[in-house]
Amino acid sequence: MSKEAILNAIRRGLKRGPLPADQRAMLEARLLARPRHLIPARSRVPRPDQIKLFIANVEKEFGSVTRVADADDIPGAVAEYLSQQNLAPRFVMAPHPELQALPWSDRAMLEFETRRAEASDLVSVQHGYAGIAETGTLMLPSDPARPTTLNLLAETEIVVLRASRITGPYEDAWDMLRAERQDPISGGFMPRNVMLVTGPSRSADIEQTLELGAHGPRRLHVILVDDDPAALPG
Amino acid sequence: MVQITSPQFKENAARAIGDAGLQKALGKAKGAFLQRRGDAVARLPEFEQLRDIGRDIKNHTLANLDFYLETYAANVEAAGGTVHWCSTAEEARAAVLEICRKAGAKTVTKGKSMISEELGINDHLEAHGIEPVETDLGEYIIQLRREHPSHIIAPAFHLNREDWENSFREMHTDLPKDRVFSERRDILTEARTKLRDRFLAADVGITGANFLIAESGSSVIVTNEGNGDLTQTLPRVHIALASIEKMVPTLNDACALLRLLARSATGQDFSVYTTFSTGGRRPGDLDGPEEYHVVLIDNGRSNMFGTEFQEMLRCIRCAACMNHCPVYGITGGHAYGWVYPGPMGSVLTPTLIGVDKAGHLPNASTFCGRCESVCPVKIPLPKMMRHWREQEFERHLSPVAVRRNLGLWAYVAQRPALYRMATKLAVGALGMMAQGKGAFRSLPLAGGWTQGRDLPVPEGGTFMERYAKTKRGA
Repeated sequence: MSKEAILNAIRRGLKRGPLPADQRAMLEARLLARPRHLIPARSRVPRPDQIKLFIANVEKEFGSVTRVADADDIPGAVAEYLSQQNLAPRFVMAPHPELQALPWSDRAMLEFETRRAEASDLVSVQHGYAGIAETGTLMLPSDPARPTTLNLLAETEIVVLRASRITGPYEDAWDMLRAERQDPISGGFMPRNVMLVTGPSRSADIEQTLELGAHGPRRLHVILVDDDPAALPG
Repeated sequence: MVQITSPQFKENAARAIGDAGLQKALGKAKGAFLQRRGDAVARLPEFEQLRDIGRDIKNHTLANLDFYLETYAANVEAAGGTVHWCSTAEEARAAVLEICRKAGAKTVTKGKSMISEELGINDHLEAHGIEPVETDLGEYIIQLRREHPSHIIAPAFHLNREDWENSFREMHTDLPKDRVFSERRDILTEARTKLRDRFLAADVGITGANFLIAESGSSVIVTNEGNGDLTQTLPRVHIALASIEKMVPTLNDACALLRLLARSATGQDFSVYTTFSTGGRRPGDLDGPEEYHVVLIDNGRSNMFGTEFQEMLRCIRCAACMNHCPVYGITGGHAYGWVYPGPMGSVLTPTLIGVDKAGHLPNASTFCGRCESVCPVKIPLPKMMRHWREQEFERHLSPVAVRRNLGLWAYVAQRPALYRMATKLAVGALGMMAQGKGAFRSLPLAGGWTQGRDLPVPEGGTFMERYAKTKRGA
């Protein structure tokens, strides 16, 4: 069988047989301990500066950010962004309870459906799981309330994110997912799909010159809700 | 399948140097990569420390790869996925075809994957009536032109904008012939529109993998366009192709390597899409593939363990080595004659297709050392190319003239008195021939060498004479 052939060839090259029990135990302990390596200093800063770093990095990567004081301001921020971009007030939204609970009726002209995205959708509104200040990256795990197609098919993606969900490095965002999620299939924490998204889609394949809007969204907009008193600018 | 032309490297290189279109494309592109990587590294003061960490993580993983592969496969299966272990390219092609057939596939979309090139997946599917559609912008035009990638992260590195326009006009015959491409963006938009329908119609999506994560049984792709994500999200079946050395133990290990990858490759702090796939659709999910398969491929890698080439298995395929290589910069990737060009290709290709076929590649180096100095996992590429040169010599694969001259040099070099006399004579003779000039534009018996450069006239005696003088002075 190929599995045995591959494993044996590796062992032959390493001049040993299968690992003895004590060494296996050591490696299993390393998997459980999952040691962290060097975390760059840039994101190890006070909360307000982490939020500022996140925003600055999203903008550096050609995304945009609106900061709102309260979740009730989200429908207004969506309406305003769409009108600024000359887009029709129509979108597909993640079936997430936090999004569904928003006062959408305040903005009666907004039309939306809650479902996965289809190719004809022009704008999507996604629920952001976490933000990573280090590089202005959004963590978007798949689950029934956060379909993956919302991150891919629309030309414009709007992500609603709470400031309390912004971490410094990637490792902290993974730890959040580890602590909060249990997978129905594996019993571990990993969902089927986790996208780390940094800015809108782009390509440099034509003469190594950057162009935005390859196959994914051309625009990525973050609506950041200030739900974290410690994160407010001092 | 990529036709192997590595044995004709010298002819390939000569043709490449004379190819005006290629030289134009190379001239435009290579500066951009260098500048962007340099800037990204400058923005992260910890970058050098991270290189040591990256090397150590990969070394640890390789030293225990049997354990991590088994752990990984068990975790893929716990998440509802299937692992197909394949020793050879033939087995891997058969595994992919079988999955596609079971899925009743007519078309297959593909994300960019160098292992797919190595295996020749596209030709194999086509030969069995299944249409593969490359969706990465660079791979897409390469497929339209029936060419092969010339760079491991920028497949269309060798093309100019006018090549794109001409190929699109020729192949997209349903669009008006006289349409105008006033900006590069217009080319991109046309490809986006064309490929949208292909994404939606595909029955199977095939991607590569930048990393495999043992702890969670995940495969990771790193892209900018979003084509890889559409490829693995929309069809009913996702196949990830991955060679065994893509393994890392944990997500935290992957984080450290991801900090190195995009900066070394495109000079971005992070790529746009870094996506982790683990098994198929979960209960209640509204999208995503129902089946998730990993085709886990050896194809010669396990033979590298315990040899002087084991460290090559650390490679994360960022392409920094070729971007910084003066030889790649003048010949482009196709001259190397197989899948992997540049310094990493010069080391890897002989291990995978044989030094008898690829012996020229490790010789196509000035040993300037830039590749090693930028490698994010510190692979000693020049040292490994030297190992290949030694093996080539030992196995009597190098040409007679080279062997004779090396033999002559070795005879003299091993006899210090003779060596000193010979160098003294040569320095004296060259000094007289120079007649006061600073450099030779040409030299008898060395026309090939002086064709491309001048030889400075030796001044001040031989090294040993000067060394002796300094020692007396000290």
